[in-house]
Amino acid sequence: MKSNAKVKKRFRAGVFFGRFFLYLFLILLAVICATPFYIMIINATRPSFEITQGLSLIPGHNIVQNYRNMIVATPIWQGFKNSLIIAVSSTILSGYFGALTAYAFSKFRFKGNKVLFWFVLVTMMIPPQLGLIGYFMLCIKLHLINTYWALILPTIATAATVFFIKMYMDANIDIALLEAARIDGGSEFYIFNRIVLPIAMPAVAVMSLLNFIFSWNNYLSPLVLLMEKKKFTLPILIALVKGVYKQDFGAQYLAVAISIVPIMIAFMFFSKYIISGITAGALKE
Amino acid sequence: MRKFLFKKDNYGYLFLMPFFITFFVFQLYPILYTLYLSFTNTSMTNPTGVWPTGSSFGFGNYIRLFTDNFFHRSIYSTWRIWIVNFIPQLIFGLGLASILTRSKIRGKELFRGVYFLPNLVTAASIALLFNMLLGWEYGPINQILVALRIIGEDAKIHFLFDVGWARTSVSVILWWMWFGHSMILFMAAMVAVPKQYYDAAAVDGAGAWHSFWKITLPLIRPVMIYVLVTSLIGGMNNFDIPFIIGEGQALGGTLVSQQATRTMVMHLYMMAFRGDSQKGYGAAVAFAIFIMVLILSIIIFKSMTRKDTGGRRAAR
Repeated sequence: MKSNAKVKKRFRAGVFFGRFFLYLFLILLAVICATPFYIMIINATRPSFEITQGLSLIPGHNIVQNYRNMIVATPIWQGFKNSLIIAVSSTILSGYFGALTAYAFSKFRFKGNKVLFWFVLVTMMIPPQLGLIGYFMLCIKLHLINTYWALILPTIATAATVFFIKMYMDANIDIALLEAARIDGGSEFYIFNRIVLPIAMPAVAVMSLLNFIFSWNNYLSPLVLLMEKKKFTLPILIALVKGVYKQDFGAQYLAVAISIVPIMIAFMFFSKYIISGITAGALKE
Repeated sequence: MRKFLFKKDNYGYLFLMPFFITFFVFQLYPILYTLYLSFTNTSMTNPTGVWPTGSSFGFGNYIRLFTDNFFHRSIYSTWRIWIVNFIPQLIFGLGLASILTRSKIRGKELFRGVYFLPNLVTAASIALLFNMLLGWEYGPINQILVALRIIGEDAKIHFLFDVGWARTSVSVILWWMWFGHSMILFMAAMVAVPKQYYDAAAVDGAGAWHSFWKITLPLIRPVMIYVLVTSLIGGMNNFDIPFIIGEGQALGGTLVSQQATRTMVMHLYMMAFRGDSQKGYGAAVAFAIFIMVLILSIIIFKSMTRKDTGGRRAAR
């Protein structure tokens, strides 16, 4: 009896230490994930000579001067605006036309439906820069080079969006509802815009979030397709920052912080939907 | 009634039109045009693309791929950067996912969010941030290592200038960005595994380690294949971070000793859009990358599905 209690006690101690180290590990990893962002925010408020002298846990008071130094050479808000124009337009186009394409695949029985849908699935596997050089040449011919159209128009055909929304429509839109609307005399476009799109909205919203993030973070194609500094997106401007300020670390940290903090704030609100969008793709395969 | 249905279903074609027109004009045509360019000698100084032999069509670019040492180096760098990032990413992803789904952890959502956050931030910003954090000699990471007495004051590490460290640094940054993403996918798969399996295994006396290998891993294999293939495709197309970190650090530069972080897509970009803008050769590089990834993906899918049937047979 006595030894049994001892064993139990030792077992509990083992569990306690196991838990302790588990939490220690999880917290350490969380610190590794968060520290770069923390250092970034702190250093954005400190003068460069202090940054080179050592780390600090509390913010400095040089943020205004850093901002003045930074804004002279980097039109960061212009970059913000440019990125926003491109990301919002691409998101709307890919969402609307993605839903329209998904609707055709999900609810219309025409010849070649299955084959064409397989075709869409295959295009998901094509890496984006495979046709980049050809696209660059095409844009020169069509006079789309150095315009936002070159980045916005291709998003009408976003295969992953079609795939995800079709799955949702298959499960959530009853064909009887559409038949009823047709009998009431609704035109096909009316039915899509007023009935199908609102029902599919949760799926459209999730995909739109992912498309927005993708467009916002995209670096290579705007780098190739945009030529003028006033048209540059935020990632291109940020990448240029390194060469512009040389030893002015405060200004560099501040520029990076301005590009990252909005994403961190948006993440707090949308993380649930983003995660559901990302996992849905993997689980359906 | 039949006529009505036929007419209705024709709208399907109409609704598909924008997608397919866009796809053909803005995606498929550029790919085919790139393929065509890869057989020409097109560059800034030779816009017609004629080969020295006088013909306008030839395999010169593809032959050049086999003799271009920069390209060979970029293949090696790309693979090394990817593998050194992927193996720990897989281990951390699987480990964290099983910890957060199977044990009662306080603040589960918070941990999950913090681990996932680096994945959403613009790669360009991450690259610049780490460019400063890893800087020699006043970079915060060197400062932390000195403060913790892991390295001496006079032994600060050239994270971005040393050839070996530069690749490893890029791998670590990619690991930092992606292990949370893998974890989230594995968690979603693990939640779907029925609890009864684990209960039954526990009754039979199986420990947590044993049930992880015998129950969890086989059941989440489809998601593991997905993570492997998507990570491979992403890894082979790696550009943003090595490009921004390498540029100006002389690591993406022209000297052979400074090529440590030049990946295959960086080589493509440098060839096709910098210097003499050798569009023809750049196009050949693009297709070489694509074919490499395609063959690997097919091998992965084939070997994984074959193992699948073998495993089932053994279970019987």
